[in-house]
Amino acid sequence: MGIKIHAVSTGARYRNLSLWFALVAFLSLFFADIFLYQPDPWEEFGRIGWGMITPFWPDADELLMSALHTVSFALLGVAVSAALGVLLAIWFHWRIVRVFSAVIRSVHEIFWGLLFMQVFGLSALTGLLAITIPFAGIFAKVFSDIFHQQSSATVDTLSGSSRLSRFFYAWIPQAWPAMRSYIRYRFECALRSSAILGFIGLPTLGFHLETAFRQGDYSEAAAVFWVFLILIGTVRFWFYKKLLLAYLLGALFLLPEMPPVNASFVWQFFTQDLWPGSLLNGDIAGALRWYGNVLADEVGPALIQTIAITQAALVLSGVLALAWYPFASRWLVGRYYWLGRFKLLVLRSVPELMLAYLFMLLFGPSALPAIFALALHNGGLIAFLLANHSQDSCAQQRQDSPVGLARYFYQDLPQRYPAFLALLFYRWEVIMRESAMMGVLGIATLGFYVDSAFEEIRFDKAFFLILVAAALNVIVDSLSRRLRKAAGLKTPRM
Amino acid sequence: MTPVESMFQLTGASFSHDNEPVLHDITLAIGEGEKVALVGPSGAGKSTLLSLLWRQHPDAIALCPQDSGLVDLLSTYQNIYMGGLSRFSTFYNLINLIRPWAARREEVADLARTLGIEDKLQNSPDQLSGGQRQRVALGRALYRQQSVFMGDEPVSSLDPEQGEQLLKHVLDQHMTAVVAIHSPELALRYFDRIIALKNGRVYGDWQATEVDLSVLETVYQDA
Repeated sequence: MGIKIHAVSTGARYRNLSLWFALVAFLSLFFADIFLYQPDPWEEFGRIGWGMITPFWPDADELLMSALHTVSFALLGVAVSAALGVLLAIWFHWRIVRVFSAVIRSVHEIFWGLLFMQVFGLSALTGLLAITIPFAGIFAKVFSDIFHQQSSATVDTLSGSSRLSRFFYAWIPQAWPAMRSYIRYRFECALRSSAILGFIGLPTLGFHLETAFRQGDYSEAAAVFWVFLILIGTVRFWFYKKLLLAYLLGALFLLPEMPPVNASFVWQFFTQDLWPGSLLNGDIAGALRWYGNVLADEVGPALIQTIAITQAALVLSGVLALAWYPFASRWLVGRYYWLGRFKLLVLRSVPELMLAYLFMLLFGPSALPAIFALALHNGGLIAFLLANHSQDSCAQQRQDSPVGLARYFYQDLPQRYPAFLALLFYRWEVIMRESAMMGVLGIATLGFYVDSAFEEIRFDKAFFLILVAAALNVIVDSLSRRLRKAAGLKTPRM
Repeated sequence: MTPVESMFQLTGASFSHDNEPVLHDITLAIGEGEKVALVGPSGAGKSTLLSLLWRQHPDAIALCPQDSGLVDLLSTYQNIYMGGLSRFSTFYNLINLIRPWAARREEVADLARTLGIEDKLQNSPDQLSGGQRQRVALGRALYRQQSVFMGDEPVSSLDPEQGEQLLKHVLDQHMTAVVAIHSPELALRYFDRIIALKNGRVYGDWQATEVDLSVLETVYQDA
């Protein structure tokens, strides 16, 4: 089934599409819980602001160790998942591989973490699996896209050889520069994922951040926050490609201790605990009743919140991206563009979950912190890419281009708009994943019910809710792909 | 017969693009009221010369560059209106983007009628043919309402008859014009002065009355 968008001109078509999304976002606000639970956010805001400029941490060793743990998880997670991603990408023409990759990447790192925590505890294995599994699915998809963009000339000369040799002799060497730059970007993402896994208890930076925030010690929270920002902002100064092997060995050595795994317990968890008892006993009617109850009591309300927050955050991200990107483009604002650029770099480096936690202290656990956090991070990320496009196009612009606001509204904005829409639709799935996950903070999205079910040791319910979140993601992913196709939007240049 | 006061003046100008010399030692003057055709094989440096001249009076020139710079997401109306941006306030321009002013719509519609694209005003340029796009670009230049026109092959995608007609119209609307043009016939018929460029140098600079086609054709022959 295709989606059709009718309008006279290309611009009108994009405008109508945008207005539809804006309307849906506006209606979402009636469903999302957007109340201000905190009567006076300004006092708290002042205290947090003061904390940010007076960072302090009593025990430097402790902070250093958790920074090293953060890097170790990210490094090993990316190394293993990139390798798995290559293998999956080689057989990506098989439907089963595509579906498998889509499913594993549709579950958020935090959910994988919560799941493995039940069997492996707060161990290194939990952290590694939580990053490796979804990242392998993402790598598989992106690597496969990269392979398809390569010229097939080299491969044609090798016809008759096995699929594997063709890949290792032609596809991978050809695609390597693109793959390497994507792996580098993913490493940054892995640092963020690794840090936020601390929110569920793993010994990374997020753990100290959450603890400090919870105790209201904003100077300590700020110390962790700055260490994280510096860590992520200086990757290219401390990451030497040549030392990769040494880094990996070091990371392995630094991982927290691994308690012994009880194989029969793990087996029981995955085959028994995750499934409703009635289903295992063959009581179909009872199982249906069970699913019906979970759907009505938890899935329904959670879906409404998750979708409403996603749609509102999506449109707000777009608005912020369009408002911010000109300030980071030299062609549009002149020499002070670096100020705007710096702001966007900071915004895209901070994980949504950290921002949401911060906003939650201000507004209370409503949908507002989630919407703002998602919009700030994603708006910043999209704006950064648009600013790059805008600067790159400078050489092709007419000499007599308009100046001032007219340059933005009449020339640059319309030229950037197709890429903007493509990027925004591309982020849709990501925003959905994140908004479901944010429930672990207490916002009533799917993650909240997943977290509660785990706390009540109702693994079957938690697992079912995770599956629902995964299905939601797969649906949004395919919807976004169809919309992009119908609107004639190309795959965005990241 | 150099005009007393030249509008455009180059003395020994050279220009390189990415360390690749494009123009060498160009000396010329163009006075107000002159209609100048720039001829020469492709790669001779015509576009670069035009852009050097443009920089001398950017605010007084209606420019129609080879890469028309149409904005595909805006309607044809908006693309033509863009020529007039500097005449109106920013506020006025932004309102126009949301809801075109009636008076401006009429002006642009009149202009579009002369160009033969009055039924395309609502469409976006990416839905138009190459010839129609070029007419939109000409429309933008005309809507600048300046006394100097500067064009780089402004009618190259139109069929010869229409092209000639529009070229004539554009030249009538402007007191001064500098136009890079491919066809020696058009250069001779509609311009007062013809400057020939070859390999980045001035090969010849004639009054239209003192040359004929056979001389102009030597410009295109290999030296």
